[in-house]
Amino acid sequence: MLTAILIMALGAVILGAALGYASIKFKVEGNPLVEKIDAILPQTQCGQCGYPGCKPYAEAIAEGEADINRCPPGGMEGVRKLADLLGREVKPLDAEEKPKQVAIIDEQLCIGCTLCIQACPVDAIVGAAKQMHTIVESLCTGCELCVKPCPVECIRMEPIPEKIDNWKWKYPVFEIKPVRRAA
Amino acid sequence: MLQQLFKFKGGVKPATNKAPSVQAPIGIAPVPPLLVVPLHQSIGGQPQPLVAAGEHVLKGQRIGAADKWVSAAVHAPTSGTVIAVEERITAHPSGLPTLSVVIEADGKDEWIERQPLDYASLEPEQVREILRDSGVVGLGGAVFPSHVKTEAAKAVPMEELVINGAECEPFMTCDDLLMRERPEGIVRGIAIFRDLLKPKRVLIGIEDNKPEAIDAMRQAVEAVGEDFEVVGVPTRYPAGGAKQLIRVLTGKEIPAAKRSPEMGVQCFNVATAYTAWRAIAFGEPVISRIVTLTGNVEQARNWEVRLGTPIQDVIKLAEPKADTNRFLMGGPMMGFDIPDLAAPVVKATNCLIAGSPKLFPPPAPEMPCIRCGACAQACPHELQPFELYWFSRARNFGKTQEYNLFDCIECGCCSYVCPSHIPLVQYFRFAKSEIWTRERDKSQADAAKARFEFRNEREEREKAEKAERLARAAAAKAAEKKAAPAETTASAEPATAAPVDAEAAKKAAIAAAMERARQQREAVQPKNTDGLTVAQRKEIAEIEARRAPLQAEQPTAPAQAPDAGGQQ
Ligand code: SF4
Ligand code: SF4
Ligand code: SF4
Ligand code: SF4
Repeated sequence: MLTAILIMALGAVILGAALGYASIKFKVEGNPLVEKIDAILPQTQCGQCGYPGCKPYAEAIAEGEADINRCPPGGMEGVRKLADLLGREVKPLDAEEKPKQVAIIDEQLCIGCTLCIQACPVDAIVGAAKQMHTIVESLCTGCELCVKPCPVECIRMEPIPEKIDNWKWKYPVFEIKPVRRAA
Repeated sequence: MLQQLFKFKGGVKPATNKAPSVQAPIGIAPVPPLLVVPLHQSIGGQPQPLVAAGEHVLKGQRIGAADKWVSAAVHAPTSGTVIAVEERITAHPSGLPTLSVVIEADGKDEWIERQPLDYASLEPEQVREILRDSGVVGLGGAVFPSHVKTEAAKAVPMEELVINGAECEPFMTCDDLLMRERPEGIVRGIAIFRDLLKPKRVLIGIEDNKPEAIDAMRQAVEAVGEDFEVVGVPTRYPAGGAKQLIRVLTGKEIPAAKRSPEMGVQCFNVATAYTAWRAIAFGEPVISRIVTLTGNVEQARNWEVRLGTPIQDVIKLAEPKADTNRFLMGGPMMGFDIPDLAAPVVKATNCLIAGSPKLFPPPAPEMPCIRCGACAQACPHELQPFELYWFSRARNFGKTQEYNLFDCIECGCCSYVCPSHIPLVQYFRFAKSEIWTRERDKSQADAAKARFEFRNEREEREKAEKAERLARAAAAKAAEKKAAPAETTASAEPATAAPVDAEAAKKAAIAAAMERARQQREAVQPKNTDGLTVAQRKEIAEIEARRAPLQAEQPTAPAQAPDAGGQQ
């Protein structure tokens, strides 16, 4: 009887030690769930979700404070992926889904105030005080944060047009339509 | 010598329909009055234009420079004047425009100075550069820059060079005619690739329904004195797929994740070899190609067409019949409908087929998949098209990749045999382009995240540095104060006088600097104001007028805006 208790106690101590060691040795930095959520978010850093960037929103979702349908750039697809990951209900997006855009500075009007540079979360704007500014299109995430700070309203957003490089094969549907003759 | 042949799995035997277009020899198509040459005609980087509107160009002059290593140059197909460098419709299933050079032909068709070279005396690296700058790309339809393919893998010795003359697509006969009429050029071109890659054997694979081409190639190999083996391969679609032909001739299976040089084998099309020979030995870049015109036409034939010729000009040569309702580029298995006939002939245009409702009846309605497995039997890559179809249809793209969607060569065998008439390939193309878009978005998001994090870090650092600077300044001041009383006991006067003097001197220096800056500003006059036209002067005056009120406002604006920005 006593040996049995001793063996059990010894087992408990050894296992406890092993678990304790493992929890230190294999400690995961940061919250892995936040990382996973953050990987789904589009990283536009626009703050439309009500949080200052995608990571804070990811943290809020992981905490259960925020709903999963608050990121407009992510669109319905983002909501679906989040629902998948978290096992929550798919909900309609809390805003309108917009096509992807880029910001364009009207370089004739730019006065070189540098305010848009300070607003851009991804350093997509190049310029210096009293010099003309311009936006590097390939870096711009289309977050619109630079539009408001501009004192002379020279920044506008434009949807990204369909080009051969980003053209996609469409989902095969067979519309019923009158046959058009080749021109 | 008896060549042992292997078999690839699957495949189909559609009606070949090749006879009509092999009756006449290759014709030389007339040069059209207007040519539209898209700059991006190959896989890889987008070539940059080298000419501007108004410039005169000669036939064979480079008009687009290769961008980086994986890219190929583009040349003027005839002499004439560049009338625009702009977005024009190109031969692409999307029907979208791409940057093109529009040339008005002057009718003289005057060559640029051509420089024939003896490639034996050149470094392999130089030969590759010539191939790139002559725009030599895979003319079988894949348009991959050839010079990139002439680099052998470092670790694996090159065993076989496979030359693809199989031409398995129905209707298409451009390679067949090229092999019949110009075999010597092809053989000499193959020799160039052979000398670059140094394989142990060279195998030329031609489907056995082209006996004339096989004979012509055998004779040419003998005449040139090479030891290439010309092998007739059984006619079965898609024997001309690079991987299938390699399998048939060498028995090697190239997995999707590997490039063929890693397995010691490389594959080129016969027409590519021919253009490589013209480029090196005659200094002629790729400015034309052989195009099969066939289908629902009166005069099916192969034509040598200048690149950039509008497709509507080319098809006139074949006299399409009255009931023609569509045109396909490429074969009926892998080709696509041309959305706009104003699109030009490009390096990938191997075949133009006029279609009619009789020739290509509209597809029967799509029925549910009955899981008969016919598609899986027909697939030359041993995929399971019905599974891929199921997941593509459900937009479950992760699963499609698990089922090796990217091994699919879009050969169309599965759609061809499907008893339910499911357009399987269309689903696969859709799934592939969705996956590419997602990957692009993902990499953009990752880049944005990295830049965002870097920016935050930088801001933190700047804040910390500023705080440190302030702290140091405060400490210095405190130290000065402490030191001052100690010094007063020794010599009171200079100690009190010095800080005052320093302050005053600093102020004076600042004032002087500001004055200097002001004078400099005033002294500067814009340098390019002489000799302006009246219109330009008026425009400047207008801009200045628009700026004046803005500059007056400017001091107040920055003060308000930061909090406006900060709130978001
Ligand atoms: S709305 Fe979406 S993209 Fe914008 S900051 Fe929030 S999570 Fe990021
Ligand atoms: S340029 Fe403007 S829209 Fe583009 S990322 Fe920067 S702040 Fe956002
Ligand atoms: S051939 Fe068609 S019906 Fe048969 S399993 Fe394949 S997709 Fe389904
Ligand atoms: S199209 Fe793709 S899936 Fe269909 S048979 Fe060809 S390789 Fe196989």
